[in-house]
Amino acid sequence: MKPYPFEYTRVSSLEEAVTLLQREDEPRIIAGGQSLVPILAMRLAAPSRLIDIGGLSALRGIERRGDVLRIGALARHAEVMASAEVAEAVPLLARAISHVAHPAVRNRGTFGGSVCLADPAAELPAVCTALGATFEVFGSDGLRTIPAREFFLDIYETALAPDEILVAAQLPVACPKERFGFEEIARRHGDFAIVGLAVRARMEGTLFAELDLCFFGASPRPVLAQNAARAVIGQELTDETQQAAVSALTADLDPQEDAQADAEMRLHLAGVLLKRRLAEIAGKERQQ
Amino acid sequence: MSKQILRAPIGQSAPRERARRFATGRGRYTDDAASLRGLHAAFVRSPIARGDILEIDCDAARDMDGVVAVLTHADIAGRYRPWRAGNALLPEMKAPEQHALPPSRVNYVGEPLAMVVATSRALAEDAAEQVFADIDPLDAVADIETALAPDSPLIHEDCGSNLCVSLTSGNGKFGADFEDADLVIEDTLDFGRHTACPLETRSMLAEYDPGSEVLTLRISHQCPHQLQAELAKILGLGQHRLRVISEDVGGAYGLKQQLYQEDVLVCLAAMQTGRPVRFVADRLEAFASDNHAREHRVSARIAVRKDGRITGFELDDLFPIGAYPQYPRTSLGEGNHVLRMSAAGYDIADFRSRLRLLFQNKALIGHYRSVGHPVACAITEHMVDRAAAALGLAPETIRLRNFLSDDSYPRETPTGVHLHYLSQHACLDRLLADMDIAALRSEQAKLRGQGICRGIGIASFVELTGTGNGFYGPGGIDVSGQDGCTLKMEPSGHVRCMPSVTDQGQGTDTGIAQIVASVLGLEVADIRVLSGDSEITPHGGGAWASRGISTGGEAAWQAAQTLREQLLLVAGHLHQRDPATLELTEGHVVDASGAQITTISEVAHICYFRHDLLPDDMPTELMVTRHAVPRAQLFQATNGIQAAYVEVDTDTGFTRLLGHWVVHDGGTLINPKLVEEQIRGGVVQGLGAALLEEIRYDEDGQLLTATMADYLVPMASDVPDIQVSHVTSGTAEGALGAKGVGEAGVAGASGAVLNAVNDALGPFGATVRQMPISPRTVLTALRAAAASATTPPFEDAP
Repeated sequence: MKPYPFEYTRVSSLEEAVTLLQREDEPRIIAGGQSLVPILAMRLAAPSRLIDIGGLSALRGIERRGDVLRIGALARHAEVMASAEVAEAVPLLARAISHVAHPAVRNRGTFGGSVCLADPAAELPAVCTALGATFEVFGSDGLRTIPAREFFLDIYETALAPDEILVAAQLPVACPKERFGFEEIARRHGDFAIVGLAVRARMEGTLFAELDLCFFGASPRPVLAQNAARAVIGQELTDETQQAAVSALTADLDPQEDAQADAEMRLHLAGVLLKRRLAEIAGKERQQ
Repeated sequence: MSKQILRAPIGQSAPRERARRFATGRGRYTDDAASLRGLHAAFVRSPIARGDILEIDCDAARDMDGVVAVLTHADIAGRYRPWRAGNALLPEMKAPEQHALPPSRVNYVGEPLAMVVATSRALAEDAAEQVFADIDPLDAVADIETALAPDSPLIHEDCGSNLCVSLTSGNGKFGADFEDADLVIEDTLDFGRHTACPLETRSMLAEYDPGSEVLTLRISHQCPHQLQAELAKILGLGQHRLRVISEDVGGAYGLKQQLYQEDVLVCLAAMQTGRPVRFVADRLEAFASDNHAREHRVSARIAVRKDGRITGFELDDLFPIGAYPQYPRTSLGEGNHVLRMSAAGYDIADFRSRLRLLFQNKALIGHYRSVGHPVACAITEHMVDRAAAALGLAPETIRLRNFLSDDSYPRETPTGVHLHYLSQHACLDRLLADMDIAALRSEQAKLRGQGICRGIGIASFVELTGTGNGFYGPGGIDVSGQDGCTLKMEPSGHVRCMPSVTDQGQGTDTGIAQIVASVLGLEVADIRVLSGDSEITPHGGGAWASRGISTGGEAAWQAAQTLREQLLLVAGHLHQRDPATLELTEGHVVDASGAQITTISEVAHICYFRHDLLPDDMPTELMVTRHAVPRAQLFQATNGIQAAYVEVDTDTGFTRLLGHWVVHDGGTLINPKLVEEQIRGGVVQGLGAALLEEIRYDEDGQLLTATMADYLVPMASDVPDIQVSHVTSGTAEGALGAKGVGEAGVAGASGAVLNAVNDALGPFGATVRQMPISPRTVLTALRAAAASATTPPFEDAP
């Protein structure tokens, strides 16, 4: 478990990082290293150079800017978890973050690292997708933005160009009529989810006016279950609408088989999560 | 021997001496040892489960910078003696020859093919990738069905079949119908393959001094004397020129008990290069090449009468071991305990059992804490619960009706196990009180009404601890059932204590020190325990079969008694008293009234430096060695019982552990806290077995669980509070009356969880028959129950 030899540069600017990304045969960006270092140790990757962006202070910080919360790519999971701004402005993220790994990993792992790794069973890509977040990325043409819903393409595959770096994520601040739900099913706390669900709903009384259901671990990327959402939008939650939503998941999800679950079991578990989270949201509205 | 009166610090929860070092980062694990001009080994391992080696091309690797040696079979043949893991008591058992590196055939994924020795581990890994092994793949034998099939490929052609050995036991006729039965229930349980996953992987550092012709092997191991004896045979060295040191060991659990190819190879490489050679397994190679354990498929039949009496029990254990039995103890231990210890605590007139060990193209099966007992317990307790459910009896009721009666000891079980005494009734009573069974059942019933599905499971077990030399010695296997202890009192009155038993985190050293301090009237801090070095400690068993205190403590007690008598003899002479009237207390020699006459240190000082004060014929040695070996019985059989309280989410199939209780009979407790933490640690391993842990191979023998992300072990947040209580009953052996405790936690935990999950699933008519009990297993069982209509499985039950 010793990595192949590699070169290493700790860059002092985004421009320097981009130049190295363009120049190297097989560059890899390293931030918290919580996924990359094990991959290197197991010799599953052989980068020519690691580009350490840890010194770029522009990528740090969590900051409210109007109706978005901007989370720097280098914000560590532990910072997100401890942030009062996150808890207030993006309650869905506050609920999800405690499911990300364990304290030791959260102390080093970064928000941007999790987003860019694009593990289909990871929490943060799903939260960003559910909320319709926007990613700021920096490349040879300067800054541009990519909507989260267009960012995750496949297993470990994103819309980032080879010479682009994620700078920050902009997550919309919750409005009063929005409700959120989050649940994941994992063998142990902190493991990658077998299936998980991040929910954003806007309620009009007991009606679901808007509904974003983002499943993770249930497809090769985080997926918005639009058919399932349509079965509920504009309606109250009843046994019928709930069942219609669950049935629609077949069309929304592309579950894979692994050691923990086959496709059928994943679909079943997705349905269980959907019922539970919708019932939780609807139940709270009825109580009010 | 009459039981002695035990005094402090025996019975006190003294802290572990080693814990202070570990907590301050001053552990001395094998890889912490520095070595001048040291080299590092990496291994080229077989990527396939079975195949013929056509060629191993090492030229490119040998040319690389930093590479000192690349070894294949051809390079080492003739420099060591290959080995066979057999037992002379079982001549029919197949014991194919094993080599440090395979001459012509690979037999499991991860088997070492070639060894690279270089100036760093990274360079050794680089070079290992440049070794090109051309292997012609062959069909693998990777499951029970394939191994048993008449047209199965033969893993060892000269063995004639893939059956390593078949044994039967009991007093009835295997396969015959049961007489005296109103109901016979059959069932089969599958147990997953495990590995012990010690935090410290296997580590070793071999150093050869050609001047003195001494080979020193520092190694993370639990039985240094055994390894010294075996390596001496294999390498052709005198045992006095081979020193095995296992100082701090980060968990062993049976995984570091036997011999691995790498142990031999680092020694050969050190002797060839004349430089120290180090190997520290990384986690990937640990999963592939450490010993595995526990994979069993056990079918059983239980015969009961309407009155709840169990009249017959039969079990058939299919035990797929790896490519070879593990040397030197063989892989029989687990199966042997299933064969002999299943249902051992029950009064059953007709008991029969059969065991078949099957070769597989997988890593070797060896021993893992509580060797076989968890399987014996789970199959027994599952069948007892099945019978209870069919008869409409509470789990505790059927057990009370069938436990061996308290006045029936000593006795032999139908499989020939001698039971001096079991305290099963007392343990069950205590367990039901500890868990408040009535309140728990009422909560369970109330929550069932709310759709919350909880279960309560009980599992009673009988275990063999402190095993002596009944199996290994007569079987021609040089494993010591005897343990020794050397005490050297220094002129200051402080004591160096060299026990043969070893400590991998159990706290054995501390328990031994407490015993010595108790006898000599000293403080624990006055005793320095030096264990794990074959050069300075008496030859003994090390750590196996829960012997640290039950056997090793007895040796320490006897050595301390002898030293005590010596001190009193000298003190009596100096002060003109009868030694029989004197005692050692608080560092002093005191008389019958408790008056202090002199200090122990003064007596020691005189023994070393003032022979002028003593008669010529008075012995003055303050160094003593004593050994202890179970003689009255070959082991200390003891017992315990566990209970689990679980909640099963029938939508997701997830099982949550809510509570766990243990009552155990460990005899005299030398250090209650260490005993309880031993039991709790064991329970956690059993919980892992019940719910999480499984080494998986595919049908081609490819290893699928190679990281800690695939092989799931319980984490702190997965473990409920574990309440431990004790029942203390006497033993046939020794002055201390201590029984083994190290393995009790594992023995019953998985069986208790299995029974609890099945209790929870009872209302659905579902039964899980497979461990680990994954969510998938639960959902599959629920689906099967839903599909098979609503007829209860035993509707003809009375």
